[in-house]
Amino acid sequence: MTDPTTAAAGAATDQGVSAYVTAPEHQDSGPGKPRSLWSDAWQDLRRRPLFIIAGAVILLLVVIALFPSLFTSADPNHKDLDFSRKPPSGDAWFGYDLQGRDVYARVVYGTRWTLLVGLAASLLTVLIGAFFGILAGYFGGWVDGLLSRIGEIFFGLPFVLGAIVILNLVRNAQIRGALPIVGAVVASIAVLSWPVAMRIMRSAAIAAKQQDYVKAARALGASSSRIIFKHMLPNCLAPVLVYGTIALGAFIGAEATLSFLGIGLRDPAVSWGVMISDARNYVRVAPHMLLFPAGFLTATVLAFVMLGDAVREALDPKLR
Amino acid sequence: MGRYVLRRMLQLIPVFIGATFLIYFLVWAVPGDPFTGMCGERPCPPQFVAAMNDKYSLNDNIVIQYVKYMSALLTGDFGQTYSEQSIGELISLAAPVSLRLAVVAVVIEAVIGITAGILTGLRGRGFLDNLVLVSTLFLIAIPTFVTGFVIQIVLGFQLEILTPTVSSKATWSELIIPGFVLGSLSMAYVSRLTRASIAENRRADYMRTALAKGQPKRRIVGVHLLRNSAIPVITFLGTDIGNLMGGAIVTEGIFGIHGVGRLVFDAIIDKQGAIVTGVVVLLVLVFLLVNLFIDLMYAVLDPRIRYD
Amino acid sequence: MRRPRWLAAGAIPIAVALIISGCSSGGDEGSEDPGAGTGGDPAKNESVEVTVFGTEPERPLVPMDTSETGGGKIVDALFTGLMDYDPVSGQPREANAESFELTAPDEYTVKLKKDWTFHDGTPVTSDSYIDAWNYAAYGPNAQQHASFFAQIQGFDDVFTPDPDGVEGPQLPATPKTDKLSGLTKVSDTEFKIKFTKPHAIFKDKTGYAAFMPMPKSFFADPEAWKKNPVGNGGWKYVARVPDQELQVERYDDYKGEDKPKVKKVKFVFTDSDAAYADVKGNQLDFLDTVPPQAIAGNVWETDLPGRAKAYPVMAIQAIAFPLYDPKYSSADFRHAVSMAINREQITKTIYEGNRQPIKGYAMDKVPGYEDGACGDFCEYNPEKAKELFDKSGWTGPIQLTSNADGGHKEWIEAACGNIQEALGVECTFEPVQAFGQIRDAINARQMTQIYRSGWLADYPSVENFLNPIYRTGGSSNDNDYSNPEVDAKLAAADAAETTDEAYKLYHEAEELIAKDMPAIPLWNTPSISAWSERLTNVRLTPKRELDLSYVEVK
Repeated sequence: MTDPTTAAAGAATDQGVSAYVTAPEHQDSGPGKPRSLWSDAWQDLRRRPLFIIAGAVILLLVVIALFPSLFTSADPNHKDLDFSRKPPSGDAWFGYDLQGRDVYARVVYGTRWTLLVGLAASLLTVLIGAFFGILAGYFGGWVDGLLSRIGEIFFGLPFVLGAIVILNLVRNAQIRGALPIVGAVVASIAVLSWPVAMRIMRSAAIAAKQQDYVKAARALGASSSRIIFKHMLPNCLAPVLVYGTIALGAFIGAEATLSFLGIGLRDPAVSWGVMISDARNYVRVAPHMLLFPAGFLTATVLAFVMLGDAVREALDPKLR
Repeated sequence: MGRYVLRRMLQLIPVFIGATFLIYFLVWAVPGDPFTGMCGERPCPPQFVAAMNDKYSLNDNIVIQYVKYMSALLTGDFGQTYSEQSIGELISLAAPVSLRLAVVAVVIEAVIGITAGILTGLRGRGFLDNLVLVSTLFLIAIPTFVTGFVIQIVLGFQLEILTPTVSSKATWSELIIPGFVLGSLSMAYVSRLTRASIAENRRADYMRTALAKGQPKRRIVGVHLLRNSAIPVITFLGTDIGNLMGGAIVTEGIFGIHGVGRLVFDAIIDKQGAIVTGVVVLLVLVFLLVNLFIDLMYAVLDPRIRYD
Repeated sequence: MRRPRWLAAGAIPIAVALIISGCSSGGDEGSEDPGAGTGGDPAKNESVEVTVFGTEPERPLVPMDTSETGGGKIVDALFTGLMDYDPVSGQPREANAESFELTAPDEYTVKLKKDWTFHDGTPVTSDSYIDAWNYAAYGPNAQQHASFFAQIQGFDDVFTPDPDGVEGPQLPATPKTDKLSGLTKVSDTEFKIKFTKPHAIFKDKTGYAAFMPMPKSFFADPEAWKKNPVGNGGWKYVARVPDQELQVERYDDYKGEDKPKVKKVKFVFTDSDAAYADVKGNQLDFLDTVPPQAIAGNVWETDLPGRAKAYPVMAIQAIAFPLYDPKYSSADFRHAVSMAINREQITKTIYEGNRQPIKGYAMDKVPGYEDGACGDFCEYNPEKAKELFDKSGWTGPIQLTSNADGGHKEWIEAACGNIQEALGVECTFEPVQAFGQIRDAINARQMTQIYRSGWLADYPSVENFLNPIYRTGGSSNDNDYSNPEVDAKLAAADAAETTDEAYKLYHEAEELIAKDMPAIPLWNTPSISAWSERLTNVRLTPKRELDLSYVEVK
């Protein structure tokens, strides 16, 4: 996966005069409540329109994913060739696909797997990458060398190859249901993307290691694990988190690509990637089959990326 | 500097071995026998399957297979495909095409991305800034196969402005549209990265000094600002060349480009491990060398960075 | 891909496909037949290089070792066998053979035409055939087409079976000899073929790649030959760029009737979506099967007016049951599935009417075939289907499988939709990545799902659709179907005195097979071909290839 941020990138933007007047120090957060990076960030985020819009969209998508039946009563898997490729109408807002299934229903039910893949893959990637990254950054030396080289080995691996092998393992085990396949897709994405998260965390950890608070903690006799998890981690998490939200969009796209290549989810599990992949041969005669899932996919990725942007800007310590 | 380079080159070796073994193992782990499907709707004669498996050492255990392959590789022999074509020849035909495509993509994404990033980084919030932001977000959000497909169908078939496919010669000019499609996602990152980097460095002390000294804007931006903001951007561009070379399967398929992405994908399905590993060897080399070059460029761009 | 999208036309392993293209008979139907023309420009025939879509051969171009379309196309251009197949009617006719007479019920005598040479100038003699056939049949040479010689006397001495299948560690014993005793040379231009049992149909098979002659240079140094293939056909090999293209040129000393008019042909290996775009833009001269994106909404008709046409192909699409799995033992269940599928609806919506449902076990244009043997069992009848399904006591979901590429996903999902609707049971499509995985499971008799199966005929006869598949022990009887009544009926048909009687008996055999329904026939599979504006005299040969000897440039 590509590496959108490095340790050097902050998201400093010029907020003009208002930055000086309403600087966080002047905010009253209540008597005796300790100020932390996170509460500052939250205060900041709450006031950004970008964050609010993105957050609302994501919340809506999560609700759709959890309760699809609230949004449609049609069965996303009911095929009826008499309706094949019919365009949008009053009965079916998004029209019908090649097999005569209601596109709107499929988009609604597809939210679940699409979101699940994106969120789970990002979470897993961040967890693995952050864990190795902070170890590599803090300990340096041969630990760093080893972990970095292992990461480089995975860099060279073609994503498709890893995905095919892992997915075939699941298939051959004859496990029924969509969840194992989704799990395999998530696993293949995470296995192949963790080096990037590791690199980001590592550079943040290297920078943090030089900070006074770490030296002070060591002088006071704190153990390595305490230093890492209590002091360094909260301060290094920001860039990785931001990578996670931006990468989430890329991961949803990766699942779509796997479906396009024929190795991702399949009947009866439906995801937007599967829908787009099925629709590609019919773009010239029934574009609605492609446009609606592609539109939803775009909007979702947009929302997550905007969220990531807003979070990064809020967490950037350079604004403090 | 010399010792650093030497150390990095030495570290290439274990990474190389690790990566190639992993690939070889993964292709070996893809289920199925590559020869049983070759005879159409009839079962292949067992003699045929046995002879082929023997010829390509597929009956040996994985470690022996790997060792055999690597020892041949070190003498420059990439092996043969199942149709007895030289893999070295195949790769030597496909790799330059993929490299050209990746270079075109990187150049396009660098030019457009950096320009957009500079303009918005300098200006700060504003209409242009938001426009660039939103359009780059769109490019990140839409998967390449959708953009590629739509461009090919709309511009190629319906409106017939462009030739929808690339010929086997794959000249630079033919690769511009595929390069654009391939680089569209990265273009968005580059512009955001540049923007962030510039916006951050814009208020550094040395910038204020230069301004105070009365230097012309062009010099300030061109010499001081850009040079210091470049590091994250070129890091990303460097890794992208490797990524794009290996990851262009979808774009290559849509535009009919005979590059390594397609070669690798077909080889994975056909279980021709030698082809996959051969290509990955190339890609790993490209990737590691480019990374090394980028790291060395850091020292050039930012004199505060030193290697011992 | 050559798997998903661009794999659709890729190494689809098929045997020979035969067409009876009754429509494209050129000449008098000039204005109706887009391919017909009044001949080309001789100057352009010499100078223009005609580009033809192909797929990269999976094996080096040894004819006895080539069974997939990619290599088959090239082999067919480079070689001409004892017989070949009329490009219009598909009927076999003498090619390299001067005469091919049945001199005894179990013996053929072949006389070769004089003066035929290989591309390296050496003469085509009886030895060229005898040596090639011995080489192919000899087990240790591991040629794919060894089993095509099984009926010739002495086969068991040159080819020993594997005692425990491919998976087992035991190797086949070394055969006693490497020469088939049934092949005897009479002179340089005459030889005899003796069979263990009468096998008259052998004559018609010899147009197939398995039976091609080979020059002495091949036996002297096969590796050198593979780098520079030498054949005896109308085209000679020029050069090749792996995975991209292969060039051939007219062999001017060719003595056959079908001498080409065009001088240079280049086979281009690309994916079929890109090829379609190229044909549209006149960058590619011929594509034998347009991709699914062109069939959607029949846009191929508007994209390529006057330069595209649907040609019938002697093949059918079917789905088969793994009868060795006890789950599928109920004939009622099998009939239920067949009656649940609405063939008319699927061919109309998924294929835009470019396929026609089949109600029997062979294809409608094959000599001797009469549709309808399947009767009610192949008619869409959801109520009866449900009745039979309930009677059969099937439990659990129904699964259909196939390889993921090749454009099968759409129709299989549609069929599953029909089945689910009619029978009220869950039906899913479970694809696998590579065709080889399907073959593996079939060969090992470990298939547990209903699988896609199709059949492409080796030669134009209804017999070829039945004997190899439905006879006990047939070479392609993948699901171990065995019904002694059917065997008896087929044997009677094989031995029938007149062809009409044979055809009647084959039809009765089909009816018996339909009562068991080991496989469900679905529809035929015509091929829509497209070509550039500068080609004329375009027609498809019985092997689903451009007739390279007939085409011209205008």
